Amino acid sequence: MRRLFLVLAAALLPIAALPFTAGAAPDDYTQVERGRYLAIGGDCVACHTIPGGTQWAGGRGIQTPFGDIVTPNLTPDEETGIGHWSADDFYRAMHTGVMPSGAHLYPAFPYTYYTKVTRADSDAIYAFLRTLPAVHNAVDRDTLPFPFKVRALMLGWNEMFFRAGTFEADPQRSAEYNRGAYLVEGLGHCGACHTPMNWAGANDAARYLQGNVLQAWTDPNITDEQRIGLGSWSVDDIVEYLKTGRNARAQASGPMAEVVVYSTSGMSDADLHAIATYLKQRGAAGPAAPSPRPADDAQMQSGAVVYTDNCSACHKRDGTGVEAMFPPLRGDQVVQQTDPTTVLRIVLQGAQGAATDAAPTAPAMPAFSWRLSDQQVADVVTYIRNSWGNTAQAVPASDAARLRKRVADTAE
Amino acid sequence: MTQRLPAKDVVVVGLGWTGSILSYELARSGLEVVAIERGPWRDTAADFNITTAPDELRYGIRLEMFLRPAQETVTMRNTPEQRALPIRRFGSFLPPNGVGGAGMHWNGQTWRFLPTDFVIRSHYAQRYGAGFLPEGNQIQDWGVTYDELEPFYDAFEYCAGISGEAGNLQGKIQPGGNPFEGPRSRPYPTPPQLQGYAQQLFAQASAGKGLHPFPRPSANISTAYTNPYGVRMAPCTYCGFCERFGCANYSKASPQTCVLPALVRQPGFEARTECEVLKVNLTPDGKHATGVTYIDTQGQQWEQPADLVLLCAFSFFNVRLLLLSGIGKPYDHAAGEGVVGRNYAYQTGSGSTGYFGEGTHFNPFAASGSLGVAVDDYNSDNFDHGSVGFVGGASITCAYTNGRPIAYRPTLPGTPNWGSAWKRGVKTMYNRAMGVGAQGSVMSYRDNYLDLDPTYKDDYGRPLLRMTFNYQPNEQKMANWMADRCDEIVKAMGAQQTRIGHLGVPWSVVPYQTTHNTGGAVMGTDPKTSALNRYLQSWDVSNVFVMGASAFPQNAGYNPTGTVGALTYWSLNAIREQYLKAPGPLVQI
Repeated sequence: MRRLFLVLAAALLPIAALPFTAGAAPDDYTQVERGRYLAIGGDCVACHTIPGGTQWAGGRGIQTPFGDIVTPNLTPDEETGIGHWSADDFYRAMHTGVMPSGAHLYPAFPYTYYTKVTRADSDAIYAFLRTLPAVHNAVDRDTLPFPFKVRALMLGWNEMFFRAGTFEADPQRSAEYNRGAYLVEGLGHCGACHTPMNWAGANDAARYLQGNVLQAWTDPNITDEQRIGLGSWSVDDIVEYLKTGRNARAQASGPMAEVVVYSTSGMSDADLHAIATYLKQRGAAGPAAPSPRPADDAQMQSGAVVYTDNCSACHKRDGTGVEAMFPPLRGDQVVQQTDPTTVLRIVLQGAQGAATDAAPTAPAMPAFSWRLSDQQVADVVTYIRNSWGNTAQAVPASDAARLRKRVADTAE
Repeated sequence: MTQRLPAKDVVVVGLGWTGSILSYELARSGLEVVAIERGPWRDTAADFNITTAPDELRYGIRLEMFLRPAQETVTMRNTPEQRALPIRRFGSFLPPNGVGGAGMHWNGQTWRFLPTDFVIRSHYAQRYGAGFLPEGNQIQDWGVTYDELEPFYDAFEYCAGISGEAGNLQGKIQPGGNPFEGPRSRPYPTPPQLQGYAQQLFAQASAGKGLHPFPRPSANISTAYTNPYGVRMAPCTYCGFCERFGCANYSKASPQTCVLPALVRQPGFEARTECEVLKVNLTPDGKHATGVTYIDTQGQQWEQPADLVLLCAFSFFNVRLLLLSGIGKPYDHAAGEGVVGRNYAYQTGSGSTGYFGEGTHFNPFAASGSLGVAVDDYNSDNFDHGSVGFVGGASITCAYTNGRPIAYRPTLPGTPNWGSAWKRGVKTMYNRAMGVGAQGSVMSYRDNYLDLDPTYKDDYGRPLLRMTFNYQPNEQKMANWMADRCDEIVKAMGAQQTRIGHLGVPWSVVPYQTTHNTGGAVMGTDPKTSALNRYLQSWDVSNVFVMGASAFPQNAGYNPTGTVGALTYWSLNAIREQYLKAPGPLVQI
């Protein structure tokens, strides 16, 4: 694995060492293919495509606490895409979040992370985007309500929460760790989802990668924390998960299934190994575990009954599941997150795993909203959060009721 | 007005077991493949939801997964002198509809036929003399041997994750397996399923009689399994909703659980569902297929040109398409000539039900479609037929496929069929009744065949398929002899009372018996007695291959799917290794 990475790094170095050029030659095959790979690593296509629509033509609504932001058309169409952008323009947007017109982008476009992408990588992505067929697709780029629609507000936001900068390797750490850091902190923009946000929608740097809730999904803690983070996962567990969408511990679903399908399953083993190494080595952080609910708690007793009737055939009475098909709930991180949104949502709405070339079966969990009451949902979730050694806060029925309404409104 | 579509390399008619395996393997080889399927797309996640799949009324009684007679039916009669009438509600057999085909709603009993089954005519002639075969028979050798098929049985079993105990590993008899089976190159991919109390009693009783019990090979698998396509299955939960249902647990091998997840990722593959193929198109000289014509649900007709046409529909409908398209000479019963429609066969069912004493708990609800313990001592030519005076045999099994609330209502003989006495009778016997069944072979006969009906047509004006079938004296004798053997075992198991179930004659379209309809486009070595050569290739149109049980020259005493799967991989191998390199007849005559 390590050798693979070195080979890859050696292949990349000469290109990274090239002097900056204003526009990459569109027929530079190596540059374009490197850009294609980097665009996969950045998971660009997931946001810049309507599900089922033309790839890269934009138009997908991204939910934010301030309203929906619709993604732009990244094809080289002169009128509706980025056909008139130069490589400098593209780098400026990536690096500082400013469009050629001087107008500001919102951080739903994660320039707060992309700022660390090197000029060479930015140019490669740009070269790749230039090779896409131009698609005429006008996108309404101003969907936020007042006052957020005033893009100049971002000047102040950037002043408070954003510093343009480049990635600084840590000389104390291995090349692999630094490669992982570059990917996670930059192009991969993992923290955009996995870091708590403050009142202004900015990621809270002090709680980097400690988990978040976005679009009615819990984005779990991905520090090395033992109970709710990746502490009990090995580097290989993480690599397998990112490559295939599942491992013995977990099954990607919801937004992470999309990330796996569009992005990480297409990344090299060396890069995935680097990401995993970085995540494992950069340390653990998270809240202390609450004390588990006692077994004679009314919610626990009711939850046990609901679990036996509805869940145990697949997830097993002892919560161990079926490897790489039905995730174990015993010791599961998502189940024990402080915020129970994902686990509530999966019970209510069901979920389907990611299908990848390495693991084409995409097992699904059915929706139980039609046959479990809010109280039963809250009870069974409380039960699995506090059984087999799991510990997490009890979940009130009101949480299930609120989420039931939310997912009913956004049926997928 | 038929619209012509861009040509494909391969058109596959029907997307069940055979169609999905061929589609995947050929698309993976780089060919452009389109599968055309009459029924809807079906997927485990969307259609076989664990919270709704075990709905006996919807699926088991109202038959949601199956072909509706209004879509297509067959006409039937018992003898060539009778006038056939259309089956207006399927009963004795239930043809499939939709992606997955019969491989989606089956029970999962996955057998290899015995070495003698493939050479049955020459074997019987040699052991018992040519005059031993029954009157009017058209029994014939398959043109392929067990040894030739072994690697392809293996391929299918490893695709499907079959659970079982090997009885013969590379010629060495293994304890606990079927000692009569042909040699296997390696063990089953997964260990046998767990068995219930009734199966334990059966194993003891049959062993006590000198028989050789073994766990029935099962496509409801015992442990999690990843097949060579990278598709993953989960262990069976013994819920007892297998036959007539889609499996919600990813446990029952089916195109959905074993092939489709990999197939749909193939860039060269496309499926067109709810599209019915009307005919295979031929060049004017009738010697080469140019593709198929199909109709969609809007009534629009499309011509799909293709270099290779693979008929992968249910057995009846393969035969009907051949007849409607003019591929191969139709079987002429009066003249005793022709091949398409020849040698239709079926399966016998007989056995004994035992009623046990108070305090017995068989728990029939903890079941799977293929849970069971079997003996093969009376199958094929595993015993001396000289004294019994019939040809063929049966696998004898003690099994629970289900204990479902609507249909599983055992009562003692003499109990009323309704009212409070019936309810009491069910309550008394639900947990105390068990059966031992014999699934028997059916030989081929001049008088059992398929042809186009002269009277009845479908919505598109095409003649329906007509079946002429009855159980012949040989099958009656065999099945009833087997019922007596079953009864002996049930009594030895300790039943207080038994009820023998003889073969129902004449064969009737009700009640349900089995969907093991075989023959009509059989494989063989002589174009005068077979529609297909030993590679399942049409003798007459060499770019048409016909998969499925329609290729069986007669039926053995087993469920057909294992052999259907093996023949598919056998034919695929010939297509890939021989046909694609040099298109044309693979057997010269």
